[in-house]
Amino acid sequence: MVAVVPTTGGQASAAVVAQRSSKTGYLLLFPGLAWLGVFFAIPFVTLFMTSLQQPIPGKSGKYTFGLEFGNYVEAFTEYWPLYVRSFMYAGIATVIALCIAYPLAYFIAFRAGRWRSLMLVLVIAPSFASFLLRTYAWKTILADEGFITSTLNALNLLPDDRILNTGIAVVAGLTYNFLPFMILPLYAALEKIDPRLVEAAGDLYASPQTAFRKVTWPLSMPGVVAGTLLTFIPAAGDYINAELLGSTGNRMIGNAIQTNFIEFRDYPTASALSFMLMAAILVLVFTYIRRAGTEDLV
Amino acid sequence: MAEAQGTRAVDDLHLQNLTKKFGDHAAVDDLTLTIPAGSFFALLGASGCGKTTTLRMVAGLEDPTSGTISIGDKDITGLRAFERPVNTVFQSYALFPHLDIFENVAFGLRRRGVKDVKGTVESMLDLVELSPMARRKPTQLSGGQQQRVAVARALINRPDVLLLDEPLGALDLKLRRQMQIELKRIQVEVGTTFVHVTHDQEEAMTMADTVAVMNAGRIEQMGHPADIYELPRTVFVANFLGQSNLIEGSRSGTSGDDVLVEANGLTFAIPSDRVFADGSAAIVGVRPEKITILDAVDGDRIPDHHNRLDGIVTDVSYTGVSTQYLVRTAWDQELIVFEQNVVVGDRSEVGDAVVLHWSPKHTFGLDGTGGTTIGVDPEVLALEAVNASLVSDAPEA
Repeated sequence: MVAVVPTTGGQASAAVVAQRSSKTGYLLLFPGLAWLGVFFAIPFVTLFMTSLQQPIPGKSGKYTFGLEFGNYVEAFTEYWPLYVRSFMYAGIATVIALCIAYPLAYFIAFRAGRWRSLMLVLVIAPSFASFLLRTYAWKTILADEGFITSTLNALNLLPDDRILNTGIAVVAGLTYNFLPFMILPLYAALEKIDPRLVEAAGDLYASPQTAFRKVTWPLSMPGVVAGTLLTFIPAAGDYINAELLGSTGNRMIGNAIQTNFIEFRDYPTASALSFMLMAAILVLVFTYIRRAGTEDLV
Repeated sequence: MAEAQGTRAVDDLHLQNLTKKFGDHAAVDDLTLTIPAGSFFALLGASGCGKTTTLRMVAGLEDPTSGTISIGDKDITGLRAFERPVNTVFQSYALFPHLDIFENVAFGLRRRGVKDVKGTVESMLDLVELSPMARRKPTQLSGGQQQRVAVARALINRPDVLLLDEPLGALDLKLRRQMQIELKRIQVEVGTTFVHVTHDQEEAMTMADTVAVMNAGRIEQMGHPADIYELPRTVFVANFLGQSNLIEGSRSGTSGDDVLVEANGLTFAIPSDRVFADGSAAIVGVRPEKITILDAVDGDRIPDHHNRLDGIVTDVSYTGVSTQYLVRTAWDQELIVFEQNVVVGDRSEVGDAVVLHWSPKHTFGLDGTGGTTIGVDPEVLALEAVNASLVSDAPEA
């Protein structure tokens, strides 16, 4: 530590301290930047170059440098319905997750009292088991002879007489797997809201419903935005749920990328698909954030 | 400005046998009270005395265990907060952080479906002198400005009663003084009934026309600030509102219109209408500034009928306007005396033998069954105990 002595030299030494602390700032930034550079920026460029490669004639599965923008056109023409389905499934899963998570997060934040910490632990507890394992478990839960399917069938509520291997199962799996990513940011945002603001709204002639609409909901918007993004983005690129819980008719874009990479060894197509997914998500997210107007929120 | 005026309250606020229990503890205990329309009423008490609970029940934020609340002859006990013609200025202001000042102030009007709020909001912002801040967010305002927004946001609804919950507690001393004057001005201007909850006795006395001193869920005494101060009826009020010298004794008879109380071998006279002790145990009380301090040799200059006692000065603090003396009596009690610094250079010093005297009409008699320390801040009591032990431990000079 530098002791700042209150003499005439005080200003100069303060400047030195300021300079030193700004250098420390950059130093602290370095590990993160290095990590990003090695594991994001470089692979990002490689992926982009791969997406433009052209096949070497006569050698299946081998590619060479090129500027084959046609890869994008071909990939899109062949797979665009999977993009639509991915965004639809991810969108539905996000909305359902929001509907489940909001009341839960609200309860934990305002009503749980001393059970608050326990409930938060329970929210994250499933993450201690592997993602894959939990999704397999859903295969059992939604199995044709399982309790849920047979009950719903007895009530004649299922159009295809089954849940497993349908879009419903995929959406259910996505909702379940990404639910904690919705709950936690919502909780963080709701917990910050001063309950006296809700009292004040009541005092100013707002019914409980209006108080929620005019005070609690707008103040929880940062959590809603963060939660929906953290759910929607990974859900849109996910392939495990579609793979395990869906049929061939429920394939998502992640499945197409995976098969192209691993099975067909068509790296340019797989890379092009990844890039388009990234671009589409970026566009969607920016439009969404702009419309939700988060920069205006506290 | 015309918008804000003409809202003079016409109906009194009545609390009838109001009780609020949390478990076995009665936070508010069978409170019956009428607050006249248009008055500036202060509920004064230490934290935990039930004043805030009372306020919250009037606001509709807390349900009474029993009793009724009514405005005029309209019973509002069963109405929920948003259905009551009552608005609150919250302790922490509770301004909506996502809305600008204009929308904060307009909130109540919009909820009641008022279409054109612009003129009303602007004149209200004028009243609290915040028009230039209309489009700022609450976090961009200073504490005093936020406080005025909170007042404007509540007052714009022209409530029958405006409740203020320690509204100045978060402000520093200088700003608090300024806001006290400001709030008083606004109250006079709009004529709405203000019910002000505070633990700051000076704030209650400067602002309110009626002060109710609350203790343990009950009102100890209520009245004009000067009346309560000059004639406290309980030991709690005597100690809580300002400072008092209280001497324990017992009734020994009467002399004309005066009640005589004997304490530590001395007899004190108190006019009978200033005595509030039924039993024989009585406490003689006098405010520090009512006492005159004289050198012991001047004892013959004291008027005949005055109460008097001898003592030794143990502490002298010069505060500019006045000098505060601590005087130890023959029975080792320390009394406080304030003397105006009218004459320069005529101060008693530590160790001086002095005689204290005061008029019977400045003396009050209180019930002596509960001791003299009810209503004294426990921390002050603890400190006094420490000081006393230090004095007794000090080596003899």
